[in-house]
Amino acid sequence: MRLTLKVWRQAGPADRGGFRTYQAHDVSEHMSFLEMLDVVNEDLLATAEEPIAFDHDCREGICGTCALMINGMPHGPKHATTTCQLHMRSFHDGDTITIEPWRARAFPVLRDLVVDRSSFDRIISAGGFVTAPTGSAQDANAILVPKDQSDLAMDAAACIGCGACVAACPNGSAMLFTAAKVVHLALLPQGQPERSRRVLAMVHQMDAEAFGGCTLFGECEAACPKEITIENIMRMNRDLMRATLRDRGDREAEALA
Amino acid sequence: MKRLFALWATTVGKKVAMAVTGIVMILFLVSHMISNVLIFKNPAHLDSYAAWLRSLGPALWIARVGLLGAVVVHIVAAYQLTMRARRARPIAYDRHEKQVTTYAARTMRWGGVLLLVFIVFHLLHFTTGTLHPDFHPGEAGRNVIEGMQVTPVAIFYLVSMLALGLHFSHGIWASFGTLGFHNPAYNQWRRLLAWGVAILVAGGFATIPAAAILGYLK
Ligand code: HEM
Ligand code: FES
Repeated sequence: MRLTLKVWRQAGPADRGGFRTYQAHDVSEHMSFLEMLDVVNEDLLATAEEPIAFDHDCREGICGTCALMINGMPHGPKHATTTCQLHMRSFHDGDTITIEPWRARAFPVLRDLVVDRSSFDRIISAGGFVTAPTGSAQDANAILVPKDQSDLAMDAAACIGCGACVAACPNGSAMLFTAAKVVHLALLPQGQPERSRRVLAMVHQMDAEAFGGCTLFGECEAACPKEITIENIMRMNRDLMRATLRDRGDREAEALA
Repeated sequence: MKRLFALWATTVGKKVAMAVTGIVMILFLVSHMISNVLIFKNPAHLDSYAAWLRSLGPALWIARVGLLGAVVVHIVAAYQLTMRARRARPIAYDRHEKQVTTYAARTMRWGGVLLLVFIVFHLLHFTTGTLHPDFHPGEAGRNVIEGMQVTPVAIFYLVSMLALGLHFSHGIWASFGTLGFHNPAYNQWRRLLAWGVAILVAGGFATIPAAAILGYLK
């Protein structure tokens, strides 16, 4: 099929940037979206123009590196699918496709479609370590976890940190990401010793990174390629309230406030 | 107190403050609506309700200050979070297709501003009488009936109640989530409860200007 691509081009963080239009010929419906961009870049190599920069790594939908706003939807039109797992059969011959980077103050554009997501890394590192021993495997039944709890924890742990939640949110909020990271540990026995300290530190870091607040629009949940639900945000809210109003006591937490 | 301020310092805490103050206002509005519709039974009911309120003396003032405080906290948090959301996305998308945002959720901010304008007008209309064509202190029932005969004013009341219903429908649903109440067993009832209260309260209030426009309230 033939496609028209309207792509955001920006030479560097300080460049103003703008859209450029490209024609993609001979696109097979079996190609992934990133393979289609690879082919467009091959063509660009034959010209004086720089290839389009975009992020990708595993191309298996597990690393969270690929991150494109496709036709106004993070990771494109297919539900629960990362950009690398999106195939061209989701589009039609003759379509015009708009491709933009994630837009958030906390995700500055580095080049073209590549944004700097280290604000997410700083939220994670604010969460700190768990004191549960992780070195040698212990007896599988030594710590009992109810099945429904472990299921919820595993659902939250499926977050790959791609940033689609921030990209989709009308407020540019990172609540779904932060909640997934807080909640998967808060639901498990191994996460209990640092539970209060962790939620306080991660929410404070999230706010310090200039993300917006949550108004429960639900756009993050709809955009998430790993189907993280907004119930996690509700769990984190409760954890934060408990940590602030009841459990605060340890000095590190006091220092944060 | 220190802990409350620590909570307020976070974006989550500001939403908690909005949920709590919102619920306070809703509880007031439920009782206010019920006493208002008694005007259909007999306008004098409203007078005795107003007289009873005034007989509470200091308690009435505590309630007034509490409600005013709730309105102020709610608006300050809304303003701060709105500005923060604006700053969080300095460059808009060329295309942004919202998938699930409801009309009610999208209009929380401007709808809230309309409600603020409404609250100010309403107090000048029936509490101080400043904007009332023929105000008689102490005769609440008569003041309402006379005041609602001005059709543009009655229409403004109707539009405001529409905004109130929308604001409630998202606000009540969202406040469960903000306060961390969620449970698969009752999650599905939250929307229903939110719409139920919204329609009951806004609809109840709306009967009065509607009746006036249709000529039933004279
Ligand atoms: C006076 C002007 C008002 C403004 C500017 C305003 C604005 C807002 C905004 C921006 C939100 C957040 C929306 C969201 O997070 O999705 C909100 C939520 C809410 N509002 Fe208002 N509002 C006003 C009046 C009221 C009134 C009169 C009531 C009830 C009597 C009310 C009840 C609520 C509730 C319960 C919430 C939910 C809080 C939450 O999301 O947890 N608001 N309001
Ligand atoms: S490239 Fe790893 S998830 Fe898409």
